[in-house]
Amino acid sequence: MPGNGEAILEVRDLVKHYPLTRGILFKKQVGAVHAVDGVSFDLRRGETLGIVGESGCGKSTVAKLLVNLERPTSGRILYKGEDVTRLSGRALKAVRRNIQMVFQDPYTSLNPRMTVGDIIGEPYDIHPEVAPKGDRRAKVRELLDVVGLSPEHINRYPHQFSGGQRQRIGIARGLALRPEIIVADEPVSALDVSVQAQVVNLLERLQDEFDLAYVFIAHDLSVVRHISDRVAVMYLGRFAEAGTDAQIYEHATHPYTQALLSAVPVPDPRARAGRDRIILTGDVPSPAHPPSGCRFRTRCWKAREKCARVVPPLEIPDWFLEGGGPEAHASACHYAEERPATPDVPPTE
Amino acid sequence: MHEAQEAAAAAVTLPDVPLLDVRDLHVEFRTRDGVAKAVNGVSYGVRAGETLAVLGESGSGKSVTAQAVMGILDSPPGHVTGGEVLFRGEDLLTMGGERRRRLRGAKLSMIFQDALSALNPVMSVGAQLAEMYSVHDGMTRKDSRAKAVQMMERVRIPAAKERAGDYPHQFSGGMRQRIMIAMALALEPDLVIADEPTTALDVTVQAQVMDLLAELQREYRMGLILITHDLGVVADVADRIAVMYAGRIVETAPVHALYAAPAHPYTAGLLGSIPRLDHKGKELHAIKGLPPSLTDIPAGCPFNPRCPRAQAICRTDRPPLFDVAPGRASACHFWKETLDDAG
Repeated sequence: MPGNGEAILEVRDLVKHYPLTRGILFKKQVGAVHAVDGVSFDLRRGETLGIVGESGCGKSTVAKLLVNLERPTSGRILYKGEDVTRLSGRALKAVRRNIQMVFQDPYTSLNPRMTVGDIIGEPYDIHPEVAPKGDRRAKVRELLDVVGLSPEHINRYPHQFSGGQRQRIGIARGLALRPEIIVADEPVSALDVSVQAQVVNLLERLQDEFDLAYVFIAHDLSVVRHISDRVAVMYLGRFAEAGTDAQIYEHATHPYTQALLSAVPVPDPRARAGRDRIILTGDVPSPAHPPSGCRFRTRCWKAREKCARVVPPLEIPDWFLEGGGPEAHASACHYAEERPATPDVPPTE
Repeated sequence: MHEAQEAAAAAVTLPDVPLLDVRDLHVEFRTRDGVAKAVNGVSYGVRAGETLAVLGESGSGKSVTAQAVMGILDSPPGHVTGGEVLFRGEDLLTMGGERRRRLRGAKLSMIFQDALSALNPVMSVGAQLAEMYSVHDGMTRKDSRAKAVQMMERVRIPAAKERAGDYPHQFSGGMRQRIMIAMALALEPDLVIADEPTTALDVTVQAQVMDLLAELQREYRMGLILITHDLGVVADVADRIAVMYAGRIVETAPVHALYAAPAHPYTAGLLGSIPRLDHKGKELHAIKGLPPSLTDIPAGCPFNPRCPRAQAICRTDRPPLFDVAPGRASACHFWKETLDDAG
């Protein structure tokens, strides 16, 4: 049962600031891009945590921090109780084996001069303990089969495959070391609709088969709902709201989540007239100069004086706790409330 | 009930002669690897005030068709090898270059997906907009500048007067797309082709831009061809829809009818493969296999290798567009069965 296992990854107050410098010879720091600014969550064995947000919200930086491609400015990432951000050398290597990544762009994330067999088998060069040398080709063939590619294609090059097939190769490489966690950063957004569905189905099948935990990062709210057990909505480096997929999609309380959900075009023309859309004004502010207090206040129709002064914590609102229903979940808004639900399909006249 | 109302409304407001009438258009690309047949007999029409969505995946020929209509096909390697493109009854493909150039921009214009590469990076946006007026309408510098600022205000660019001197890179993605819309609509064209106008934008910004486009379309009563791969966007704004696959239209229908019951297995497959926001489904019904290579389109129905309904006839006989209902057609031998299953 997803979500009921132990937490294998605990992220606490994760912060990543990229320094902005001026001058060539005498570099001095003039500011910082607040890419990730205090993100905390747990990931349990076998579950999928979806992180959604618009471009520049810091979701990809979270992915890089999780797989240790970037070191956080502060905060902790505990893998089975051990702080990954402080590890190096052999200990880090051992942890990395268990946290693998699938990238967005299957065209640039595969080396064009390596055969598919070498690409998928390369993790074994770094972690030879997983597969002895003589055993590797067989393992790679098996992986090709698992992700729905023909094992005969082991000697082909990436350019001989379509986008969807390349993404399968990227997934096979991620699976090679039998990790417990896969961090997938926009794994299907470069693919056509019909192919995207194939890859989403594959990811779900592999999760059941290998008891994988996913951190699934995407901007497409529909795909995230489909695949996730829990969802976090990110805005300018922070989580705005977090909960189960039903809590977020059916009982959103943060104005940003509500606006985001209402903006998604629904593939059903009957819903056109009855939709109660919130059209946000303006653009996302620069993460180099994020607004004080609540990050969303500059675009929020509910913003009051308190929002500029006090950073709203990501907590379950009191009224929600007292209600005690299954909808209660955390929301980083001082004035969190559910919008009156609008029917998806209006009655036809 | 719903459809009857729609048909009645259409009869009152829409003239019978289409603004744009594309007939049996063929386009091929002659490359070293062979001839890629990108468009293979596409016909569609758009009337004033109407929005036609052309839906397809990459390589379906939806953008190439639009480029051929606009006369901006990369040639070579692209060649229009047959068909007519009638704009108000006049064939764009055979008219003189100068006349076509005058029509383009003034009477028909285009909005591109990537505003950053479509705009001139070394010219201020105000000057680029003003150029539309000075070149086509022969306005003076001062007048054209004033009109440019007015147009920027129309597309709701804050502080338009101050920002007219800014360059494209100084605008955000959503604002750049507004500038593109301003340029396309500057001369109040009769027909606008928008090629994936919001694909590069975030959802909240996409909603702003689509709303603006729909509002301006109503105001100017122009015909709009919306090229997209997004079934959600289509459902939101289109009146009619044409689904393309391997350079052909496989289904065309009023938008309500198509979503209620698709008459082509490819359309049904597309609708089944998208996850829904409003309810959590089980496994997605993915379409098996891959779209065909345009240099080697399968005989018979091009969709047959991926089709769950394919029979012997589908591998030998190319299905024409069968009339399914008034204003509806499907290029499938088994459209009746498909429709029955969907309904």
